[in-house]
Amino acid sequence: MEQSKVRSARDEANSPTSKLVQFGADKPLKLGSGSLLSPFQIAYQTEGELNADRSNAILICHALTGDQHVANVHPVTGKSGWWEMLVGPGRPIDTNRFFVICSNVIGGCMGSSGPATIDPATGKAYGLNFPVITIGDMVKAQAMLVDHLGIDQLFAVVGGSMGGMQVLEWAHSFSDRVRLAIPIATGARHTAQNIAFNEVGRQAVMADPDWCGGDYIEQGRHPAKGLAVARMGAHITYLSEAALHRKFGRNLQDRNEITFGFDADFQIESYLRHQGFTFVDRFDANSYLYLTRAMDYFDLAAEHNGRLADAFRGTKTRFCLVSFTSDWLFPTEESRMIVHALNAAGASVSFVEIESDKGHDAFLLDEPEMHAAVHGFVNAAARQMGIGE
Amino acid sequence: MSVNTESRVDLRVIADLIRPGSRVLDVGSGDGELLDLLAREKQVDGRGLEISQRGVNECVARGLSVIQGDADRDLSYYPDKGFDYVVLSQTLQATRNPKEVLNELLRIGDRAIVSFPNFGHWRVRCSLMFKGRMPVTKDLPYSWYDTPNIHFCTIRDFVALCAEVGATVESAQALDANGTKIGLSMPWWFWNFFGQQAIFLLRR
Repeated sequence: MEQSKVRSARDEANSPTSKLVQFGADKPLKLGSGSLLSPFQIAYQTEGELNADRSNAILICHALTGDQHVANVHPVTGKSGWWEMLVGPGRPIDTNRFFVICSNVIGGCMGSSGPATIDPATGKAYGLNFPVITIGDMVKAQAMLVDHLGIDQLFAVVGGSMGGMQVLEWAHSFSDRVRLAIPIATGARHTAQNIAFNEVGRQAVMADPDWCGGDYIEQGRHPAKGLAVARMGAHITYLSEAALHRKFGRNLQDRNEITFGFDADFQIESYLRHQGFTFVDRFDANSYLYLTRAMDYFDLAAEHNGRLADAFRGTKTRFCLVSFTSDWLFPTEESRMIVHALNAAGASVSFVEIESDKGHDAFLLDEPEMHAAVHGFVNAAARQMGIGE
Repeated sequence: MSVNTESRVDLRVIADLIRPGSRVLDVGSGDGELLDLLAREKQVDGRGLEISQRGVNECVARGLSVIQGDADRDLSYYPDKGFDYVVLSQTLQATRNPKEVLNELLRIGDRAIVSFPNFGHWRVRCSLMFKGRMPVTKDLPYSWYDTPNIHFCTIRDFVALCAEVGATVESAQALDANGTKIGLSMPWWFWNFFGQQAIFLLRR
């Protein structure tokens, strides 16, 4: 059963059920590292209709372990879209009104070129021969997709966590192509603590003998244990002490007493193991390495001598930032730093900090205040710009 | 952040002081009433700073550019002279360091507009003089122990503070309990006694 799901995830990586655009040798992706990725492909989903003057497109950027299945049933897991509470008919980002695009990032494993993709030059999966990519590369690739769809300017770019980094990168690199930018629960750089957590995850993957130096696909293996441990560790950082206590406390799992052994005595252990083992069915271990690396390398201020405000100088984009009080992975201070930089740059910026005990994951959950803020911001701008109800 | 929601007649007076099409920062923007008024009637490029989540959400839902923040802490991040006007309406008395906040307003804005409840108003004086109690009125509805208003001043106190920080008073108006402007010809002591709130236009 597990094996068939793994194959299914690998099938998605190479021949996705999503829409697909392929860029040939004439359109290489120039990467931040200096190398070229060519040919390459982007898998994407769309919802709603593009209007006649092509002014109603909203790009959703997904987080580390997300994908393009933002508002549709996932082809591998069968679960509903990861942001269905925010995106859909009658939702804050209303697909009756907007044309929503969501693409799998470069380096991902749901159909866009990444380490699980077959390298046409060798006929084998790239593995670690895939070039290291950056958040900037993901965004450049998305811009090529947006060009391909014939859209000059996006009405909005929206995303949380790693998706929020892409939103900031869009506003930085393609300022005149973005009217509204909505970066949620994110930062303009990865902090030392975030890099540290990512490194633990990567080491867990690489410590699994089935990782095979990154060549596991060709060797018919699957570093499930390493990737599951990486996911378990990361998952803790997405929650909060308060939320864990509320959900699990010290409750025991299917037993009345502790067993004086190393079974999952506690519910929290059982929960994390479940999170780990379901994750490996749908995610590629090398993708996990590449995408966490891209986040680590992200630092918008770095190319401006440490002055974040200079990254947004002269921008016409309108920003709405959202953070959550209990998010310790991307704490409010990280958002506030962006807000201060945008203020210093004279940008139009709104910022809402939302009271929640759900930690970083709050951005994916039922947070009515967040939905109200996004809806209000998007709706007011759409009204001013004459995009119909 | 705006703690006095009862009488916002000052907003009309403030709006009248603002040149159309200018850049305005509203510190303590509350639910966005002033910014909304300014956007509609004066076509200003408005921004807000507001401490309460509810207020910020209401502003954002109205399409206003407002950030969550604290006047005592967050004004230092705004660049010099980034705005034509910085408005602080009914909020000065709730700041921890009113003098520093006033300095920041004058640094960020070409002009600063400050409105505040006058603690020299005769009702306040009567409450202290005859009841011996801290005043609780329609416009100052809090008890001393739970009030966000920690730095009350009178109109004369404020004029003195302006002199201390080197601010020039370009214009000053006092409104009586009915929100009616008190005649310009009246002396300061009269304003300080009958003015329930005051609105100052300052520059440095």
